[in-house]
Amino acid sequence: MRNDSTLALRDANASLELAVDGGQALRPEPDETCPLDMRGLTVSYGEKPAVFSVDATFVTGSMTAIVGPNGAGKSTLLKAALGIVTPLSGSVHIFGRTFAESRRRIAYVPQRASVDWDFPTRVIDVVMMGLYGDLGLLRISGKRHRDTVLACLERVGMADFAQRQIGQLSGGQQQRVFLARALAQDADLYLLDEPFAGVDAATEKAIIDVLKQLKAESRTVVCVHHDLATVADYFDHVLLINVRKVAEGPVARAFTAETLQATYGGRLATTHIDQLKLPAA
Amino acid sequence: MGADFVQLSLTPLLIGVLAAIACALPGNFLILRRQALIGDAISHVVLPGIVVAFLITGAVSTWPMLLGAAGAAIVAVVLIETIRRLGRIEPGAAMGVAFTAMFAGGVLLLEQSDTSNVHLDVQHALYGNLESLIWLAADGWHSLLDAEALAALPPELPRMAVVAAIIAVLTVVFWRPLKISTFDEGFANAVGIPTGALGFALVVTAAVAAVAAFDAVGSIIVIAMFICPPAAARLMTNSLEAQVWWSVLFATISAVLGYVFAGYGPLWFGAEDAVSAAGMIATVSGVILGLACLFAPHRARVGVGAEG
Repeated sequence: MRNDSTLALRDANASLELAVDGGQALRPEPDETCPLDMRGLTVSYGEKPAVFSVDATFVTGSMTAIVGPNGAGKSTLLKAALGIVTPLSGSVHIFGRTFAESRRRIAYVPQRASVDWDFPTRVIDVVMMGLYGDLGLLRISGKRHRDTVLACLERVGMADFAQRQIGQLSGGQQQRVFLARALAQDADLYLLDEPFAGVDAATEKAIIDVLKQLKAESRTVVCVHHDLATVADYFDHVLLINVRKVAEGPVARAFTAETLQATYGGRLATTHIDQLKLPAA
Repeated sequence: MGADFVQLSLTPLLIGVLAAIACALPGNFLILRRQALIGDAISHVVLPGIVVAFLITGAVSTWPMLLGAAGAAIVAVVLIETIRRLGRIEPGAAMGVAFTAMFAGGVLLLEQSDTSNVHLDVQHALYGNLESLIWLAADGWHSLLDAEALAALPPELPRMAVVAAIIAVLTVVFWRPLKISTFDEGFANAVGIPTGALGFALVVTAAVAAVAAFDAVGSIIVIAMFICPPAAARLMTNSLEAQVWWSVLFATISAVLGYVFAGYGPLWFGAEDAVSAAGMIATVSGVILGLACLFAPHRARVGVGAEG
């Protein structure tokens, strides 16, 4: 009964979209080469939608920043892509399949502040969690798994901290441990929620270096990002949202004074926009 | 340590230890998930359910009691929702009212009912009845090999043993997803762990432990077994694996020392009567937690101040 009505709602939404925005019909059907594709994604926690009818397509081997003001639905969009929150309507395709079917090809780095770092565990154990897909319920982790974990820690410059209690780390070190756990997942699509929030300069450098390596390996990186000053330096694609999508595409085309003004409204002074290193329009 | 010990003290000791361990195991995860008071809530809510089950069946037996407890939990959820909506008060207050009212209802129901032929009364329900769970058929250690005597074991012992064993096996089997989802629920979801179902199963497991331990330590004191051993254990180590072992050790020490102190302690001080074993077990577990707060190696909350 409930399923029927949900389906009916989706159909209604789909036809509504086609009626309103004929351009949507031009988007190709999501196939397995497309790492992440969202159609008409709407998520609501209460009466007001957090994300409303967002369409977005991400390109293989690209690094995309999801940018927008506080409460614009950036994290919610990631969580909907990951199946952590259930969208009200719309669809998500990851490599042409549902999230559940593509789960092993996705790595996720949540916001650092979303967990309790007082949890009784060591750095090496946290990174080992990235191997859950291999280990499952009962397989005992062997030397091979341990070597993988240590190699991932090495890549983020944290190999010396493997035996540390996680609460003894600085914020930047905690963020690097989270990134190492995502590396252990050995995924094709990396979704990171504010990986540069509140980290030191050395960590920021270490993280961006690793993300660029991933891009060089033709993996796809998507970051929720709030530092407008670094968008053009770090990323090649951008998705600007404020509940609704404002712009998406290569930084040179989509990250302009006009799109920023439209995303942030009056909250971003024109002088501020002028100071940003915007690509020549 | 002869025939008297086997007849009078062995079974209550074992039941106390098993009850303490069965509660301490899920307690480790409840505490880390900041749900420690779920145990308290369960212990209050299930009382009327257990009493109703007893009134219907006329016996203190496991399955009717568990069903009654489950029924009471459902009534509690409906009651909380109703109070919250009709009374327009915050959820915490609605829960507080529902839990206490149901517990009070259980106490009244128990007082009105005729329980003369079975040992179930208000005092039993509140403080447990460890001392009465004796093994009358035993007349020495050799009774442990005597099938006839073993058949006359108090039924609470095998029941508690089975529940403790099931909880231990579940803890081992679901260790990895439990640990991951307790630490980082969003990540756990992303790697395919059904965190909602797992969290619910954890609460159900705690409820089963609480109902099974009800005979031994009573419905109030069970809360100490959920919280004190794991909380003290957390202060001893920075590894979850070690923490669980410490909690089992502390639960065992609490049960053994508590039982011994209750039975013999008052005599050492010249008093004539023993005191409640369940009360003493909870007290000992509290003392262990206090000592751990003062002297344990990891009592500083290491995560604090690491921001930035």
